[in-house]
Amino acid sequence: MEILKPAVAGTLESSDCMVTVEPGQGKVNLDLDSSVMRQFGPQIKKVIAETLARLDVTDVNIRVVDKGALDCTIKARVEAAVYRSNDIRKDIPWGGAIK
Amino acid sequence: MINAVGREIPDEILRMTGKEPFQGNSYKEGVPFRRYAPIIRPVMDNTHNKMVKDIHEALVKCKAHNGMTVSFHHHFREGDLVVCMVMEEIHKMGLKNITLAATSLGKAHDALVPMIEDGTITSIQASGVRGKIGEAISHGKLKNLAIMRSHGGRVRSLVTGETKVDIAFIGAPTADEYGNLRGVGGKSNCGVLSYSHVDGDCAEYVVAITDTLVPFPNFPAHISMTKVDCVCVVDAIGIPEKIATGAAKPTTDQRKLMMAEYCTQVVVNTPYFKDGFSYQTGVGGASIASTISLTKIMEERGIKMGFGVGGMTKPMCDLLDRGLCRVLLDTQAFDLDAVTNILNPKHHRITAGSYANPFNKGAFVNKLDYVILASLEVDVHFNCNVVVGSDGIITGAQGGHPDTAQGAKCTIVICPLLQGRIPAICSEVTTVTTPGESVDIVVTDYGVAVNPNRPDLLKALEEADCVPLKTIEQLRDEAYAITGVPNPVEFGDRIVGIIEARDGTIMDVVREIKD
Repeated sequence: MEILKPAVAGTLESSDCMVTVEPGQGKVNLDLDSSVMRQFGPQIKKVIAETLARLDVTDVNIRVVDKGALDCTIKARVEAAVYRSNDIRKDIPWGGAIK
Repeated sequence: MINAVGREIPDEILRMTGKEPFQGNSYKEGVPFRRYAPIIRPVMDNTHNKMVKDIHEALVKCKAHNGMTVSFHHHFREGDLVVCMVMEEIHKMGLKNITLAATSLGKAHDALVPMIEDGTITSIQASGVRGKIGEAISHGKLKNLAIMRSHGGRVRSLVTGETKVDIAFIGAPTADEYGNLRGVGGKSNCGVLSYSHVDGDCAEYVVAITDTLVPFPNFPAHISMTKVDCVCVVDAIGIPEKIATGAAKPTTDQRKLMMAEYCTQVVVNTPYFKDGFSYQTGVGGASIASTISLTKIMEERGIKMGFGVGGMTKPMCDLLDRGLCRVLLDTQAFDLDAVTNILNPKHHRITAGSYANPFNKGAFVNKLDYVILASLEVDVHFNCNVVVGSDGIITGAQGGHPDTAQGAKCTIVICPLLQGRIPAICSEVTTVTTPGESVDIVVTDYGVAVNPNRPDLLKALEEADCVPLKTIEQLRDEAYAITGVPNPVEFGDRIVGIIEARDGTIMDVVREIKD
């Protein structure tokens, strides 16, 4: 999926994360800030990368500000941001692209 | 050397501190020692004037010097102005290598960080450290080891002379010109002065700092004139609305209410719940909710509490006012209700020493049936961590946690399974502050675990069939299944602090954080 315009999903509440996507420069460029970076940094990066790969997003600037979200929340927020950047608002294949 | 909770205490630290590794709760039982006494300068001259015009004059009169130890209490909590006020004057005088021996330090003391960086403060001893000082210590900015000790452990360190306080500064809501001090009647009331009592007994000089000077005698005095050298009047010693930060509304958080209900069920279904039982609880939402739901069952069954002890909150004061509790024994007021309730003649002030000092002839904590505690982390050995955050940064305080946990017959720790993404029930706590041998029951939102060394309690709860019982390992596995297994936090080699056990042995060390 192509990132057509900047889009945001999520909040900065505890146990949530805020995901911002915008068109990239030909690759996935992740900027991650997490309150649990020391314990879960690599795991969070892995989940974001997997989610983008399943959505077939290869060209994006993605910023994630994480407040201790679980993996399922991170997946959902990334997915929502990507769909929003495509103005996809109905018949969203939740769990379709995300196995 | 590996200590009794399985923590490696490097020989270098044992040498440097002259301390032993923790060897179990009863290691110092009955071991005699001679009580430390300070040098006293008698006052017989009836024209002697204790009033000083400012803190500078007090410091000069009390022979402030490089390398001295100064002490403070934390009854003003987040609203404390005394520590920074005094330390700024010490800083202005250019004194160095100061040991700051406070009963606790918090966000009110963030302004001290530059004094740590410039070598004014080179040692810190406290129950714990919240806020920026904790971060500074974890980043290796303090020259010497920080020593974190419980409220009872602090009293022990003073009465054994391990910590020799040169000048104790006692912020007092009211004082008279001869140094009778009270926690009430002024502009910045904190109710009690329990933590400072031992400083009055053991410090070489004692300076009272007040913003409300009252006519002699300020009576009944909480700290007596017989222990006070100087009295200093300043504009303000505290910010009243920040002193009672624990003015907690009853929580509506369903997770906390569920844990509160489990906790109440545990209390009422264990054998110590009978008329005259004793109880201590904290200020967390679940603890307060549990006290409220316990009250209902006490009324239904006609059971009254013998005594409640420790830090006081409105629900405890309500129990007293409604005749459901015989006496309250107060070491600290967490909210304004507790400050004003102290006027009730059955609401007694006690010293931190009589509350929790392990080195007297028996403290109140030894007479506790139940204590309800919180914890940042609990591991599968039932060890608790209340000082170092899961990210490795010093962020909390021991308070009376290890004291009451050891003393109480039934120690209940309430801890949600997850704190955000952090599994609070884990394989190994970041830092051990209370040993598992002191902890009997862990209450989480996913179930209740009983320490295997308490089969009696497990049997009582199984028979009552009142809460979902799980093993601590089951709880840990459930937590890890949700969050994933966390990477261990990476620490540097340098040790920046020690966690002292109640008896002065070393429970654990705190290492510098790796950036």
